[in-house]
Amino acid sequence: MNRNKNAFINGIRDGIPIALGYFAVAFSLGIVAKKAGLGPFQGFLSSMLNHASAGEYAEFTVIMADAPYIEMAFVILVTNIRYLLMSCALSQKFDPDTSIIHRLLVGFGITDEIFGISIGRTGTLNPYYNYGAMAIALPGWSFGTAIGIIAGNILPVSVVSALSVALYGMFIAIIIPASRADKIVGAVVIASFLASLTVSEIALFDSMSDSMKISLLTVLIAGAFAILFPVKDNEEDLKKEASEHDT
Amino acid sequence: MTHNIYLYILVAASVSCLIRVFPLTLIRGKIKNQFIRSFLYYVPYVTLAVMTFPAIIDAPQVPLAGILALVTGIIAAWKGINMIGIAALCCGVVFICEAAAGFFI
Repeated sequence: MNRNKNAFINGIRDGIPIALGYFAVAFSLGIVAKKAGLGPFQGFLSSMLNHASAGEYAEFTVIMADAPYIEMAFVILVTNIRYLLMSCALSQKFDPDTSIIHRLLVGFGITDEIFGISIGRTGTLNPYYNYGAMAIALPGWSFGTAIGIIAGNILPVSVVSALSVALYGMFIAIIIPASRADKIVGAVVIASFLASLTVSEIALFDSMSDSMKISLLTVLIAGAFAILFPVKDNEEDLKKEASEHDT
Repeated sequence: MTHNIYLYILVAASVSCLIRVFPLTLIRGKIKNQFIRSFLYYVPYVTLAVMTFPAIIDAPQVPLAGILALVTGIIAAWKGINMIGIAALCCGVVFICEAAAGFFI
């Protein structure tokens, strides 16, 4: 019980910078939502249920175009397909006995950033850690959207610009220490940087959504490394580290 | 307007939720296949790296600020500074860079 409480508190702590970054990004998303004709409550609801930057941006453009519902389903599927991969990866971080309720709730709460900090945890994942992060990050995202709809440009541009890199700083905080500990992961990160830069520079890929590019590169690069450098079993180590966590 | 905004939101939310929840609820227990295990071990690092770069350079108003934030973040992470500290450092670097750029230009 105490461990769950600590995990929850740790989740809130790691969720604070995410919430701040979300607030700033969601603010600008709110401006788009307003153009699509959404009121503050509709923006809040959309962000609470969807919580995906690219996905919601696409959602609002579909609403703006007054397109068929089926098109909405397809657009969301394509822009959010990376969450499918993240969900697969997270399934391996769970204790196999984790109940269906925990699986549903943690799955619902997957965002790029919450996934990032969950993967950054050593050992098996305590769902309460995710709940803590969700409890602060998702309202940050949703209120940011609603206030963006109401207030437009309150924050100075310089502050929004500075906050825009907070999320990337957190990603760096996950991939760099892992690269230091495991040289192969370091090679994975370098290969990913180069591939991502290449794809962003080639006009041929311009029509592809960002989520699609991310998913494609993830499958190709992770697949290539899995063939070239299969990882050894280390479940014993994972269990040991897990017991040292949140206590 | 022939479509209802709440229905749009509902459709979008349902699809997002299914994508997120399906693998987590269907894949129970540890996967034994070594290729799939290795693949899923590398997935998060590729995804995070691809999302970070070059997006971090395009996010601020001044690209140089993004490059400096990236370099600062990598050095700080290598030295073992925690997640919040690194995020704050990156924001600080961008803020100072852009203030300086605004001052000189």
